[in-house]
Amino acid sequence: MSYKGLPASLEAIRRVREDPHRLGHRAHAPGEPIEGAGHGTTGPASKRIIVGYGFWIFLLSDIVIFSCFFAAFAVQRNATAGGPTMAEIVEIDRLAWQTALLLLSSYACMLGFAATQVRNRLWTQVFLAITGLLGLGFLLLEMQEFIELAERGFTPQRSGMLTAFFGLVGLHGVHVGVGGLWLGTMMAQVQVKGFRREIVHRLICFNLFWHALDIVWIGIFTIVYLIPSIP
Amino acid sequence: MSTSDSDPRLYENALEQTEDHAPGDEPPEEGSHWVRNANLGLGFSIVLTVAAFLLAGSDVIYEPAIPVALIVLAIAQMGVHLVFFLHITTGPDNTNNVLALAFGLLVVFVVVIGSVWIMSHLNQNMMPMDQLMKMQP
Repeated sequence: MSYKGLPASLEAIRRVREDPHRLGHRAHAPGEPIEGAGHGTTGPASKRIIVGYGFWIFLLSDIVIFSCFFAAFAVQRNATAGGPTMAEIVEIDRLAWQTALLLLSSYACMLGFAATQVRNRLWTQVFLAITGLLGLGFLLLEMQEFIELAERGFTPQRSGMLTAFFGLVGLHGVHVGVGGLWLGTMMAQVQVKGFRREIVHRLICFNLFWHALDIVWIGIFTIVYLIPSIP
Repeated sequence: MSTSDSDPRLYENALEQTEDHAPGDEPPEEGSHWVRNANLGLGFSIVLTVAAFLLAGSDVIYEPAIPVALIVLAIAQMGVHLVFFLHITTGPDNTNNVLALAFGLLVVFVVVIGSVWIMSHLNQNMMPMDQLMKMQP
């Protein structure tokens, strides 16, 4: 009998009916490679692993881009051309608030994914919303900082150091903004489509993205703000 | 959840041991496992962040060592984020993730340290600006 042309779900049901204990597919010993695990010659890994791993590769390449901006800042840090030094434009209080907001936002994001794991739509949405609001607070503080600097005449054109500063911090800010848009669409998708397989995959990727932004911010607040501010 | 996937593991829960896991993912776990991880990550991060902010404005330790201490704290906090938020472990199911991370770090270090190194040497070897100006026609 041929089952060609049946939908994949029927194919799976057929397999389970014909071979409920997977005797024909089971690994022969505990150490044997397992189908779907992506090991050896057992065929491709499951979609969930491939999606997460692919996004991990993207994130690492994104971090390489950030490292170029970090390198530019490190090289230009003393190129003030008579303009302000970093020590003069750091405001520790605002920096502490920004750091706290972003860290708590990362925490809320993770709690949201805990809710996703148990398929609780309400708490997923609540924590995603908290994540977004904290991220928005971070962005507003950063915009306030940029506007205040611009009002004092400290724009990216002023010196090489300021160019690198606005480039690096601004790039991170753009990432947070784009992440916020992504978060909004994820909330809509969770609401409309529910926890379908691909929606959960997207939530995994979003979590990775948001945590990676926090990791980059650790580098920024240490290297760009705190170290130059040491008296 | 969609049923449009004939992955046989859906019907088999005894064979989870050597499966790979993507970053940020775990073998099937209860919500409490994720919450515990998040709490630990937040706790460690707060301690390390507060330490960094306090150190930057104080003279508790030898002052020229403060930048190094801050960098150490930052790397420690990145490690905390990787372990508790991104779920990167040293287990065999994480080999691919760790290898990719190691390569990413290699590129990051080459770019950052290489740039700083080369540019500082260029700076030293550069003719002072006033002499350079005199050479202009």
